[in-house]
Amino acid sequence: MSALETAAEPASLRRIAIDPVTRVEGHGKVTILMDADNRVHQVRLHIVEFRGFEAFIEGRPYWEVPVTVQRLCGICPVSHLLAATKAMDIIAGYVPLTPTAEKLRRLLHYGQLVQSHALHFFHLASPDLLLGFESEVGKRNIVGIAAAFPDLARQGVMTRKFGQEIIRVIAGKRIHGTGAIPGGMNKALTQAERDGLRADIDGIIDWSREAIDLVQKLQETQPDFYNRFGESRANMMGLVDANGALDFYHGGLRARDANGGEIFDHVDYSTYKSILQEDIKPWSYMKFPHIKTWGAERGWYRVGPLARIQVCDSLTTPLAEAERQVFLAVGNGMPLHGALLYHWARMIEMLHAAELARDLLDDPDILGKHLMADRGPRREEAVGVIEAPRGTLFHHYRVDENDLVTYCNLIVSTTNNNQAMNESIRAVAARHLTGREVTEGLLNHIEVAIRAYDPCLSCATHALGQMPLEVELLDAEGALLSRLRKN
Amino acid sequence: MKLVVLGWGNESRGDDGLGPLLLRRFEAAAWPDVTAIEDYQLQIEHALDLEGADAALFIDAGRDTPAPFAFREIAPRFGATHTTHALAPESVLGVYVQIKGVAPPPAFALCVRGESFGLGEGLSSEGAIRLEQAWDFCRELMAERFFAVWRGRAV
Repeated sequence: MSALETAAEPASLRRIAIDPVTRVEGHGKVTILMDADNRVHQVRLHIVEFRGFEAFIEGRPYWEVPVTVQRLCGICPVSHLLAATKAMDIIAGYVPLTPTAEKLRRLLHYGQLVQSHALHFFHLASPDLLLGFESEVGKRNIVGIAAAFPDLARQGVMTRKFGQEIIRVIAGKRIHGTGAIPGGMNKALTQAERDGLRADIDGIIDWSREAIDLVQKLQETQPDFYNRFGESRANMMGLVDANGALDFYHGGLRARDANGGEIFDHVDYSTYKSILQEDIKPWSYMKFPHIKTWGAERGWYRVGPLARIQVCDSLTTPLAEAERQVFLAVGNGMPLHGALLYHWARMIEMLHAAELARDLLDDPDILGKHLMADRGPRREEAVGVIEAPRGTLFHHYRVDENDLVTYCNLIVSTTNNNQAMNESIRAVAARHLTGREVTEGLLNHIEVAIRAYDPCLSCATHALGQMPLEVELLDAEGALLSRLRKN
Repeated sequence: MKLVVLGWGNESRGDDGLGPLLLRRFEAAAWPDVTAIEDYQLQIEHALDLEGADAALFIDAGRDTPAPFAFREIAPRFGATHTTHALAPESVLGVYVQIKGVAPPPAFALCVRGESFGLGEGLSSEGAIRLEQAWDFCRELMAERFFAVWRGRAV
């Protein structure tokens, strides 16, 4: 953990706050404490919200929960739907699923990954990567590369639209759909629906490969910058299948340390409380999970694309695995930890999800009609875990004899990444802010690091009009020296 | 005039549901040449929904909006925020320009002031009143379906 989490003498330092002012809860804020010589002493990313999620769920009938949890997040409702439904399969006594039901759920999940990754890369990440923000030489190189990808924006929107179409077809609606229910699925895929998706999937695979090509070319222009920006040497965690390959939908938990060494492997995620501990800190509403046996100081970890493709032994689709090997070669056998590398990893995952979706669309089981599992004994407690687009997502429930939820614990991807995000921002601040005048451009570096993780700022809410960032400069006594609004 | 109406928000967050509730009234009214689109949030693919439209109307709730609502014309805006979890209607218009290479159709935003946005809450009493006021205003707009007239009513 960085020494920049808590300053030794904060009262003598001036404070810079980067505060997105939204009309609802769920905003993040970065505070930076600097001394009179612009040396950084303390950096913290505060994400408020996440309060009330569990209370929103508790007291509801268990069969209602998979639908209810979709209201938690407007960006990844499918992730919450699937994690909750996996838990409720067990509560209701419906395991294992039928082959068709599991494959439809996987296809739904891959559609969610494609649309979420496309949205993030083409709308949020590519402007940072393409515009550059470091050197004039770098900017000139980047302009040349951007010219070679003129259709980037259109491809991004169409890729996102394709992922949404998978969700619409399987869940029944563009929003407020269900699809997955405890025990299986409530709607079969028709031949016409399958053919419609199959007709477009090869184009999505091609665009995913082009996106990877773009990121790789950009990385080659300034490798040290792209590899080191926002670097935080984190442990890494993700789900893997029995063979050690990445599995977005189901598997055992694996964690590696910052050098790639094994911490734990193939852990049954229903026992997550035996390996992970959630701490609270007085300055943030969001919890700080860590690997219990390593303690809070050393046990914090990273989840999501950058962790997943380095925790696993392989990706099961050939094109994505080949791209993963190219990525890994950059590290010369050691894991990579730069925040901007999330974007490269994210595009490799988008390709992987698209290839997996194509394989499922070619699988005859996907058109099966046997959607519900046989029912076995009911349980009172269960855990559902998936790899959501932003990382590992835990849903844990207890249900009483009246079928009402009595306990709910969610660890969302952003919570898993809480310490890692803080460390990346500290790395950026330490490298780019120390000893220099604070400018809008420098503060943008902080935003770039935040964007790399794309934290879920809770969610299912939005802001009409602008979502400005407000930068406040205060002296050691807390008096406002200046304020800068952005966006 | 072919009109696309986008209403968004989360009905499980109190007055955040004002957008979807108004949108459903457009659906129920079944005016000709009106396409109603509901979502949790605006996203980049909503730019595609504007193709072929003569005008667009974005409907949402807002916390700092003047009560009972504000109606204004909006223009494309470019540039990233720090998260994918919010996209402004102006940014949707910006995406339209990026992918189509031409100006988007005239677009307007109707923002209804909300008071309470807590998870699990229903509409506030003020929100319920403003829903009716905003709907009366929408019916007036739809009686004059010429965006030049709408421009005159925008602030």
